[in-house]
Amino acid sequence: MSGKYLDHLGRPIVVVTGMGALTSLGQGKKDNWAALTAGKSGIHRINRFPTDGLNTTIAGTVDFMNPEEVSAPGISYAMADSTAEEALAEAGFGKGGFPGPLYFAAPPVELEWQHRFELMGEKPGSNPGYGQLLEAAQASRHERMHSLVQLGTIAFRLAEKYGTKGLPISLSTACASGATAIQQGVEAIRRGDTGAALCVASDGSVTAEGLIRFSLLSALTTQNEKPERASKPFSKDRDGFVMSEGSAALVLESLEHAVARGATILGVLKGVGEKADSFHRTRSSPDGKPVITAIKLGLEDAGVSIDDIDYINAHGTSTPENDRMEYNSLRAVFGERVHSIPISSNKSMIGHTLTAGGAVEAVFSFLTMREGVIPPTINYDNPDPDIPLDVVPNVKREATVKTILSNSFGFGGQNACLVLGGDV
Amino acid sequence: MNNREVWITGIGLVSCFGEGAGHHWETLGGKTAPAPVIDSERFKPYSVHPLPEMDWSKQIPRRGDQRQMENWQRLGTYTAGLALEDAGIKDNEEIVGAMDLVVAAGGGERDIAVDDSIMADAVHRNDREKLLNERLPFDLRPTLFLAQLSNLLAGNISIVHKVTGSSRTYMGEETAGITAIQNAVSRIQAGQSTHLLVGGAFNAERIDLFLTMELGHFVYRGEPAGIHARQANGGGMISGSAGAFLVLEDAEFARKRGATPYARLSSIVSDLGSREPQAASARLDTLLNSLEIPSGTAVVSGASGHGPATELEFAAIERKFGKDVATRAFTTMIGNPIEANFPAGIALAAMAIRNGGFFAPFEAAEKPLDGAPSSVLVSTIGHNLGEGFGLVEKV
Repeated sequence: MSGKYLDHLGRPIVVVTGMGALTSLGQGKKDNWAALTAGKSGIHRINRFPTDGLNTTIAGTVDFMNPEEVSAPGISYAMADSTAEEALAEAGFGKGGFPGPLYFAAPPVELEWQHRFELMGEKPGSNPGYGQLLEAAQASRHERMHSLVQLGTIAFRLAEKYGTKGLPISLSTACASGATAIQQGVEAIRRGDTGAALCVASDGSVTAEGLIRFSLLSALTTQNEKPERASKPFSKDRDGFVMSEGSAALVLESLEHAVARGATILGVLKGVGEKADSFHRTRSSPDGKPVITAIKLGLEDAGVSIDDIDYINAHGTSTPENDRMEYNSLRAVFGERVHSIPISSNKSMIGHTLTAGGAVEAVFSFLTMREGVIPPTINYDNPDPDIPLDVVPNVKREATVKTILSNSFGFGGQNACLVLGGDV
Repeated sequence: MNNREVWITGIGLVSCFGEGAGHHWETLGGKTAPAPVIDSERFKPYSVHPLPEMDWSKQIPRRGDQRQMENWQRLGTYTAGLALEDAGIKDNEEIVGAMDLVVAAGGGERDIAVDDSIMADAVHRNDREKLLNERLPFDLRPTLFLAQLSNLLAGNISIVHKVTGSSRTYMGEETAGITAIQNAVSRIQAGQSTHLLVGGAFNAERIDLFLTMELGHFVYRGEPAGIHARQANGGGMISGSAGAFLVLEDAEFARKRGATPYARLSSIVSDLGSREPQAASARLDTLLNSLEIPSGTAVVSGASGHGPATELEFAAIERKFGKDVATRAFTTMIGNPIEANFPAGIALAAMAIRNGGFFAPFEAAEKPLDGAPSSVLVSTIGHNLGEGFGLVEKV
């Protein structure tokens, strides 16, 4: 392979040639970008299910799709299908299939209450409970229900529809999953296993039980009065994240593969960094070491220095702990310079899209570089004095951005950082 | 670039027979196979290969950690500890701190008592969604969520065993285990990792999982029988609780630290597509023909027991190796441990290679093998979708 196609470590350069995005702000990159740069929030009152008695009654649900079933797998598939289609169309892959594997950041899917109630209705005379559900299942095959609750189904269906190669891969690193899907695509291309990879992430798991689970861990905001004002990363009165839905898809290719077929290059996946944390199931090490290490490994992998980073796309969940930890870790890596690098959180507008977050925010980061506009952190009216960052408060900013750090952290000690570039 | 050799240097295995590579070889590697351990009463009409009695404290010393997990996570964390111990690196903070972790996981654990009780209340309610809001915030244990997230087995392994290089979790029933091993091998071969802990765990003793499988009519409801005997009745899956973890190392890394390998994991292939017999058979043939399989190779099969899938698998093996090949469907003995199926197959194959022998036939239909196979092909055809093969060879 010619040197111009290789990075600073002699590995194939990985580029992006197609992107798709979908959040509560809308379907497709165009609508999302218009809303993001206008500082618009997609967070609203939940009307998918009754919220009587719940501590949190708002979310960034995606209610404009037409899924085959209103359930986590149904909505997640519909969104993933939409973003994959958008990304493949932009990259110029059509009906002939896609010349590489699928890496899919998969949401948690399982039998939901609506399914249990449906099965109960099929055996009304039996004693209520799992015995009754089993009787219903034994009586006739429930192919659709079975397929929906298999953890690999969404990826299998995407692979079949878009003709990706080999065994489609479903992965989870909790709220870092979107970044992990991209990281795995990068690694496969660097290994020379493939010239292209389709990386998709999707999460449509706002159900009553899903919301309650996060509530029980005190992770969600309870500022329900003004939904669009509730997600306020880096503000003093932040009190939790907003659960949201969304999806993103990225077509990755080796530079050589992209150039050979004359594809338009939208950006570069310069580096990935990852480090697991053994401190706690839901909290980060108080010393921030794993996060600091993940950021440093990402910069090292990309072959860039801290001075090269001219914007940081924060994980910025709006929980008291995450935002403080993220700031402290960034300060440890960047030193005083961290106070002058613009850093914003897309989650102030779209909420936390969980499994999809890392990929959604990577797409928005590439758009930031291409458009020369940094989306703001909205709802920043009450700055946290302990986090003196330039969060691009409330209003978008025009800027030349060439290299971005994008952070993703998840339960289970998952930390993944992406370093993204605008040009090869 | 992608030519580094991958060694298996540690095995953790827990099944209905007990725990440890040594114990499993002693139990299954003799002249005659023992009777499988099956419980046909607890989940009647279903049978299951249950976990043996476990003293979790042996690998999960802190009670607090045990309490934060459900059984599939305890089992996985426990088995991961066995693998690290077997590789002689359990307390080597430097090595495990830089070790990559790859886990095949399900998830979605339920609190059955809570669910049953809500369903009982729901009978008398038309506003069932409101009922959920009344009950769930008070009845769900907050920590249950941490047993429902797929990646929290990996999280627990990091916490308990301090394995903190990278951490990735794969999902998708049997394909999760295939992907995990394939990804691990690719990364070592390409120099992206020097040493990895990879595997999965499955707790079959959950009524909610029987329900999921029964929705697709995959479960066997008759008198328990081996895989071949079941095929004669149309097949059906009997699942089993099991954990299987492997320590995989770049041979150079392993040599430097003086590790003794069980075997070499030379190649993994996988695919997924329609289960229509002609297309699926062609796909399996292509996969098998892409491997350089030495003569004298025996087969360790994770046949699910599901009729059509098992038929496809056995027919493909017969086309490739002929009628007389020694195939051992280990699922006859320990049940199908779904996500842990492929890792368990690789573990059993590696034991046979190290010990220079093979397993006694697990059923009358399996051909005996005198002496040792030159290498072992591991086969996992998912009960629903996906398939993979791996080749385990002598170092």
